[in-house]
Amino acid sequence: MNAIEPKRFQTWITPKRKLLDFNLKELWRYRDLILLFVRRTFVAQYKQTILGPAWAVIQPLFTTVIFTIVFGNLAGLAPEGVPTFVFYMSGSVLWNYFSGCLTGTSTTFTANAAILGKVYFPRLVMPISTVISNMISFAIQFCFFLFFFTYYLIAGDSIHPNGLVLLTPLLLLHLALLSLGVGIIISALTTKYRDLVMMISFGVQLWMYATPIAYDMAIIPEKYLFTYMANPVTPIVNMFRYAYLGVGQPYWEHYGLSIIVTLCILILGVILFNRVEKTFMDTV
Amino acid sequence: MNKEVICVNHVYKEYRLGTIGGGTLRGDLQSLAARIRGKEDPNSKIGQKNVSSGKFLALNDVSFCVNKGEKVGIIGHNGAGKSTLLKLLSRVTAPSQGTMGFNGRVASMLEVGTGFHPELTGRENVYMNGAILGMNRKEISAKFDEIVSFAEMEKFIDTPVKRYSSGMYVKLAFAVAAHLDSEILVMDEVLAVGDMKFQQKCLGKMGNVADEEGRTILYVSHNMNTIRQLCDRCIVLDHGKLIFDGDVEKAIELYSDMGNHTLLPKVNLSNQTRVSNTLGRDVKMMQFNFTGDEKCEIQMKNMLPFELVLDSKTERKDVCFRCMIYYSDDTPVCMAGSSRGEIVLQAGENRIQGEIDTGILAPGTYHMKLAAYCVNDYGTEEHLDVLDKAVYFTVDDSKIINNMQWLHQYWGHAAVKMKISNVI
Repeated sequence: MNAIEPKRFQTWITPKRKLLDFNLKELWRYRDLILLFVRRTFVAQYKQTILGPAWAVIQPLFTTVIFTIVFGNLAGLAPEGVPTFVFYMSGSVLWNYFSGCLTGTSTTFTANAAILGKVYFPRLVMPISTVISNMISFAIQFCFFLFFFTYYLIAGDSIHPNGLVLLTPLLLLHLALLSLGVGIIISALTTKYRDLVMMISFGVQLWMYATPIAYDMAIIPEKYLFTYMANPVTPIVNMFRYAYLGVGQPYWEHYGLSIIVTLCILILGVILFNRVEKTFMDTV
Repeated sequence: MNKEVICVNHVYKEYRLGTIGGGTLRGDLQSLAARIRGKEDPNSKIGQKNVSSGKFLALNDVSFCVNKGEKVGIIGHNGAGKSTLLKLLSRVTAPSQGTMGFNGRVASMLEVGTGFHPELTGRENVYMNGAILGMNRKEISAKFDEIVSFAEMEKFIDTPVKRYSSGMYVKLAFAVAAHLDSEILVMDEVLAVGDMKFQQKCLGKMGNVADEEGRTILYVSHNMNTIRQLCDRCIVLDHGKLIFDGDVEKAIELYSDMGNHTLLPKVNLSNQTRVSNTLGRDVKMMQFNFTGDEKCEIQMKNMLPFELVLDSKTERKDVCFRCMIYYSDDTPVCMAGSSRGEIVLQAGENRIQGEIDTGILAPGTYHMKLAAYCVNDYGTEEHLDVLDKAVYFTVDDSKIINNMQWLHQYWGHAAVKMKISNVI
């Protein structure tokens, strides 16, 4: 009994874990599970509804209509020369994806305690599948956006897309990783403190107003621009709008900074997640 | 094939008693601030000096190894640490100290139908469940028909599982787990839910899985019969410690005897707990003494002499006394009782002496439930004092027929005499 070396075993469990123990190989072995979770979330969401996946479109459509009327027409926060409707649609489609991922991943541990308490699988499977399943609704909404975009383009309105449109996959990945990072940090902390669950719903709302979703970022005074751009979502939204609508300017340096911030958040998230994932069942 | 598949090496698991932290960020910050200023924690309970020092060892230095193809049963009373051990083995949580090694995948069935989503159909859930337990899509597809036919679910496989009965649920979930290609199968009393026929089918399947495919099974149950049927080795846990590892029958005997009072020749009954406070009010049993030479460890075929001390408030003649004898696994065996009028009580202390014919009892450990009651002319009885598991005694096996060990599971608990009168 005394001479038990870890080498003889395929899996070796110790109480403590290395700071950054990111077992990608194991995660890859569970790729089918990720896809099944994605499918499950998507199928279960629209079971026994009449409209089905159309709901994915209706939500951002209504937000866009409200934004267009309230912020665009009444408050006059939309930029000149660009169709207000498309302007708001681009913002709400992006924000919908970001907030969907964020709220989904941040409740990973608490919402799935029943499964996680009974079987072992790499815990990161859950948040990753949330991010991917939200991508499906994003794809539907994005097609919807493209539809209006093309309409206004053909109608000859002042939309000036440029070559940066090709960056769309990068922007989406950037947004996904950012929401994953923030989400898993919150989920790791919620195992102990439920306060953050309460905070997340209005926190996301506040964050939206800190991001140029409901207004044009041209209204931000020059001297506050750097602080304003420190919000890592802002450069992504800005880049997207610049690429498709030709609004404003690209702000490359801020975009680069946003990538660095995103990676830092993601690494911090994975470290925190690793720390709690082994024993969270005892505290959740 | 003596390959180790699981090795648990000096494992401890510690839990904190009481609530963990304040539960809210604010509460924890308050506690922290108070600690820094050296004041009393505002969140600690009154009379409780230091909440955080309340630790509880659910597992205390547990070590064992399991070889390939073994079927190991884990038994122990509630709170002995069985579920904690299974949680560690299925990697749901990590040990506080110590290490564990596995060779191969662990499929755990700590609960029936983990991850079953009510809105999805049986077919989708089989894939879902299989993937959660670590199979990939190809493996599940290869086994799919086998799973469905084992669960006898061909007709309902495309119906959402929210419409299933609980039995159907269990059958399907078990079928998935049993057909996994995992090397180690960890199960926690999941069989209790299915019907008898399906239980037997499952036990048979699990036995096959271990014998033919060389997979290892760890099985936790309170049902000793299924343990006997399935396992070839048994681990007994008690208060977080591993107290026995080995032969199944011995383990079960040890488990059944646990919490047993040491065999006492004189048992004080006055302070044992009664189920209701009306018991022991008018007539109270105070003490039970084994008065024979052998005290409480008697030989087979002997009488068991005793003395019972009774306190009565009034003088009465209607009191009767009976002993119900149970085997150590709580199976009732027989009853001995006095008839009306035999016992005449004075007010105050009374000593009743008598003997019980224990000649039919097979070797083993027994306990008695004692009852004093009164009965009227129509046979209606009223309990005056009842004590469950009041007195323990053993029947020694030195006088057994042909020197064989008594097999309680096949022969029961009574040894009835046989006389051969003639052989022609």
